[in-house]
Amino acid sequence: MSEAKKTPFYEKHVALEGKIVDYSGWLLPVQYPKGLVEEVHDTRKRATIFDVSHMGEVSVKGKDAEAFLQKIAVNDISRLKNNAIMYSPVCYPDGGVVDDILVYRFDEEDFFLVVNAANTDKDYDWFKDNIFGDAELKNLSSDYAQIALQGPNSEAILQQLADAPLAEMRNYHFLPEVKVAGVDCIVSRTGYTGEDGFEVYCKNDGADALWDAVWATGEKYELNPAGLGARDVLRLEASMPLYGHELSKELTPLQAGLDRFVALEKKIAFNGQEALKKQQREGMNRKLFGLEMLERGVPREGYPVKVGDQEIGWVSSGSYSPTLDRFIAMAFLDPEVVKQTREVDLMIRNRAYRARITKLPFYRRKK
Amino acid sequence: MKYNIIEGVKYTKKHEWARHEDNTVVVGLSDFAQDKLGEIVFVELPDIGTEVEAGKGSAVIESVKAVADLYAPVDGTVVEVNEDLFDQPEAINSDPYGAGWVYKVEIKDEAQLDALMDKPTYEKFVVEEDEK
Repeated sequence: MSEAKKTPFYEKHVALEGKIVDYSGWLLPVQYPKGLVEEVHDTRKRATIFDVSHMGEVSVKGKDAEAFLQKIAVNDISRLKNNAIMYSPVCYPDGGVVDDILVYRFDEEDFFLVVNAANTDKDYDWFKDNIFGDAELKNLSSDYAQIALQGPNSEAILQQLADAPLAEMRNYHFLPEVKVAGVDCIVSRTGYTGEDGFEVYCKNDGADALWDAVWATGEKYELNPAGLGARDVLRLEASMPLYGHELSKELTPLQAGLDRFVALEKKIAFNGQEALKKQQREGMNRKLFGLEMLERGVPREGYPVKVGDQEIGWVSSGSYSPTLDRFIAMAFLDPEVVKQTREVDLMIRNRAYRARITKLPFYRRKK
Repeated sequence: MKYNIIEGVKYTKKHEWARHEDNTVVVGLSDFAQDKLGEIVFVELPDIGTEVEAGKGSAVIESVKAVADLYAPVDGTVVEVNEDLFDQPEAINSDPYGAGWVYKVEIKDEAQLDALMDKPTYEKFVVEEDEK
């Protein structure tokens, strides 16, 4: 494996005493001195800044750009309007997942895709294999820096710096050309925490000025930095899938409960359509559910779930939830068994711990 | 020194501490270990009467992100466990040498304790570990 890369904000993390780890080939802070739990609370109650420059960005342009996206994405890209964003899994023909992505539409011939860091190269190859007609792909991942500003104070902080009104921006919408502290940015009302917030993209050369301005302005709004650890726990509380856990080559978006992002009846044929329709018709033996521990114990990825002696699935993500002060997990379980029981055993180091099956998400922001 | 390394206890290379009290040894995690683990949310304690063996896993300490074994610093029989940690595992973070103690063993061989690191030796060891 090649040497881990530094994002344009690397020196900021070091100055803030972040604990740096190698995440998908990027050197990023897993947490800062305040610690993961406080970073989660800061995000829910105030505001936090995350470096998410590791995310990949791909542009697709041309007359057939939309038709190409309709073929690779399982969601219906034709419903996407200018300055709006759509979440979509991207599937293999067998329904397994290549990645889950965000599709930004600048106009009918110009789209911007945001993909997972670990999948960027694989995705780009997959896109190239599937492209046709008048459509041009560009991997812009190494050109862009990205911050996520998340939490209830995000809008107030960003509005001090942005030359466009943010209050009227809706969720999953973006502004393609905003100056933030004089830096040219794409600003979207999105995030991976379950809180209100923004993701701000700029070219690498503007990254330093962007971070410094947000940091300075954030001071009176109690802005704190947050790392990958908090990000993972926040997304679990909000029950957002993470590739490699809730989505993979072996799992379909229907199993992950992402039905509302799968446009099975889309008019244009797409990768995975037949397989997903079949699965919808015939059912599946593992589907995603929430678990809440009834006994103290930390559920973690890969732990088996049992009812009596029968193994009925596995934990895909689990953690202590600072927001709920409970131990929670997402788990793929046999839906037939779930119909008949509300309690299961979660196996931790060969010992059974009682857990209750719950609805997802665990946490929903009050609007 | 950014970690609190105290007098009066001995340290292992796995960052446990052991304090001799009469014929028992109190065992816990060093400040360095708790800092590396982060916020501790769960402990799995040995049963009273368990025979622990030096260098072998004897308790499990879990932070939000990680699972860590607590290796026994010495051979012995567990005579008491810190049950307060069930409800307040974070005591290991806030007071690793005090309220965050994990268990007590009846010691078999005092020489094992003498072989562990004292404060100055452990201080040097931690500096090396931290640079890794």
